[in-house]
Amino acid sequence: MNPSRHDLIRALQAFLPDEAILADEEALRPYECDGLSAFKQLPLLVAMPETVAQVQQVMRICHQFQVPVVARGAGTGLSAGALPHSGGVLLSLAKFNRILDIDVQACTARVQPGVRNLAISQAVVPYGLFYAPDPSSQVACSIGGNVAENSGGVHCLKYGLTVHNVLKLEVITAEGELLTIGSDALDSPGYDLLALIHGSEGMLGIVVEVTVKLLPLPEAVRVLLVAFDSVEKAGQAVGDIIAAGIVPAGLEMMDNPAIRAAEDFAHAGYPTDAAAILLCEIDGGLDEVASQVARVRGVLMQSDATEVRLAVEESDRQKLWKGRKSAFPAIGRLSPDYYCMDGTIPRKALPQVLHQISELSKEFNLPVANVFHAGDGNLHPLILYDAGKPGELHRAEQLGGRILELCVKVGGTITGEHGVGVEKLDQMCVQFAPLELAQFHAIKAAFDPEGLLNPGKAVPELHRCAELGAMHVHQGQLAHPELERF
Amino acid sequence: MADIADVLAEKVRAAAAAKTPLAVQGTNSRHFLGRAVESETLSIAEHAGIIDYEPRELVITARAGTPLAEIEAALDAAGQMLAFEPPRFSAESTLGGAIASGLSGPRRAYAGAVRDFVLGCRVVNGKGEILKFGGQVMKNVAGYDVSRLMTGAYGTLGVLLDVSLKVLPKPAASLTLVREYPVDQALRRMRELAGKPWPVDASCHLDGRLYLRLSGSPEAVETAKRRLGGEVLAGDELFWQHLRDWQLPMFNERPFWRLSLPAAAPMLPLDGEWLIEWGGAQRWLKTEQEIDVVRQTVADAGGHATLIGDQAGEDVFHPLPPALLALHRQLKQAFDPANILNPGRLYPEL
Repeated sequence: MNPSRHDLIRALQAFLPDEAILADEEALRPYECDGLSAFKQLPLLVAMPETVAQVQQVMRICHQFQVPVVARGAGTGLSAGALPHSGGVLLSLAKFNRILDIDVQACTARVQPGVRNLAISQAVVPYGLFYAPDPSSQVACSIGGNVAENSGGVHCLKYGLTVHNVLKLEVITAEGELLTIGSDALDSPGYDLLALIHGSEGMLGIVVEVTVKLLPLPEAVRVLLVAFDSVEKAGQAVGDIIAAGIVPAGLEMMDNPAIRAAEDFAHAGYPTDAAAILLCEIDGGLDEVASQVARVRGVLMQSDATEVRLAVEESDRQKLWKGRKSAFPAIGRLSPDYYCMDGTIPRKALPQVLHQISELSKEFNLPVANVFHAGDGNLHPLILYDAGKPGELHRAEQLGGRILELCVKVGGTITGEHGVGVEKLDQMCVQFAPLELAQFHAIKAAFDPEGLLNPGKAVPELHRCAELGAMHVHQGQLAHPELERF
Repeated sequence: MADIADVLAEKVRAAAAAKTPLAVQGTNSRHFLGRAVESETLSIAEHAGIIDYEPRELVITARAGTPLAEIEAALDAAGQMLAFEPPRFSAESTLGGAIASGLSGPRRAYAGAVRDFVLGCRVVNGKGEILKFGGQVMKNVAGYDVSRLMTGAYGTLGVLLDVSLKVLPKPAASLTLVREYPVDQALRRMRELAGKPWPVDASCHLDGRLYLRLSGSPEAVETAKRRLGGEVLAGDELFWQHLRDWQLPMFNERPFWRLSLPAAAPMLPLDGEWLIEWGGAQRWLKTEQEIDVVRQTVADAGGHATLIGDQAGEDVFHPLPPALLALHRQLKQAFDPANILNPGRLYPEL
């Protein structure tokens, strides 16, 4: 044990019980990765405080020792945003798992960051309320992580992302200072720091309390299953529904490989011969829903759908969603490993991008299944590979990178809801120019001048992009001609 | 109707080199908001025009100098709208001003604020660098959310060039119900309605009457009208437009206060003329009471107070706690190290 680690543990022991400090390799092992297990690293140690004051003290000690801190919630992230730092403390917020207050009058709930996403909606159902953002991992993922990633889900088009559904945060800075960001009102004086913290991947501060907005449960919910004999027609129908002035609560699309995998697994009653299906959820008041369902049906009649099925009963609706929500594990059964991508594109580019993904799939000789939030253009191509076969993981990563670069090329983005983490650092060089990356670094420095919070994540260093640019020549041009080459 | 981004960037670079402060301006229709800036004007009015609008994508991208009226007319023609209902303080009020001031209209509590609809932007920072953040897609978590940070920053972090906004379809039907209500009961009523899935998309209490705007499909609006009761207000579009643009009689005389409060906060013990909207979350007050008394009362209730009027030198915005102010200064430094973009418009220290 080197002396600084020993000193650090002793300093933490002054205010944390022994069981809140993990230092043995065996105890650290479960923390070596988050939901993206391709990246692994043991931390120096794990600290598990259970009060805000303890978190502040951990931060002060780490600041004093100049030790990096990586915050971790449920560890379900998919971009290695919670990958430990070899020389740093992994700060687990798992013990912050209480719902502190539900204010029915104000339609808000004050919760600790380790509370699971779904637990909030479950706790407020008796009051006829719910918390809208519902990432697929909602049974396990925690609200603190949702803030860090600005998580979405299947209902974003209508209800927005995490940033649209949070009113206030308690945040601890790299120096250990407690800040209140946002308020119980709908806005706050000064800069919109609340928006800035959302999606900042633990780089700007540690979230220790979240006040979320709650919405009234809709009176009625209906789901339409629509089948198509081509992916293009399904993509076209998505645009047609929206052009008709309807904003569905959810609008999801699956291609044939995903349909078959999900059907085998969940027996949702999907048509396994369809090239693509849409799940279109309409919610609201009874009359509103009846009127919108009729209009969506009208649009679909014109769209060449091979089947339109309406689920009215709650059990039928749940069955249709079960297939969609279990699509990832279902596809996981087809292949020893899969790699989930997360680009967003303008909806109009859907047919073109899906076609090019299938071309890339052939080029890299790896199958790709597509499950995505079609309403907001958020793709989740799942690349199937076998980590046991030499070179396959590397090939999967390369294929994934190419898919993300394709998203940028058509005017989209490399990540819709999973974050950059470590995974997409290279693609950040494709999406942003050096001056923009430099501006991001300046923002980071405004919050954390010493760079102790989750260092090395989310925003690549400029030299990384320059080195990458030297390898990748885009459209005959060097990506960053103004930078020195190494 | 041109892209003059390079010209604007060059001017900012020159000003940064000379350390000359710039007052960023569109049509100056929002001159009475914020603190006064004594400096040379940087006009963005010519940087105007809609760049891209495809109704099927639910996204519009326009240059900052584009009049809001032009944008909303284009949307209207396709049956869509800016759901946050930005106030217009003159016929020429621009998109840039709407984003920079971060103000939203009557639908805010039900559909979201201007910041909720901002998807991306192109800006000139205080070093004269042209930078692009966010994009034209609904979901985007690549990099920090600079686009939303620019919203409501009063041009102190960057000169807005282009902005992409999410737009929504206009409701098929809409009407307004009016009913007599004492203020305390009206506040309670607004909260009751907010906790249930009624198709209410605006609410206002003024002069002893509660105004509720219903919107949605004709059937849904009709059912809600029957069940909620009250008189149907004739010419309601104009009423909400006047509220949106601060043209109702109570806004005639400045200064007045904009109070942003927890929606369920009770009536505050401040004498004066009140107008309550956003289900209780935004309240307007015309009062003779001291600035400090107003601020303290509002802060005690968990909110903040903004003074609206030509308040050169006054503290217009609610004071920030020291730690937050320090962070604001560091952010200002990160975007505008020479401190030349609208210095002092938001706070004397920024």
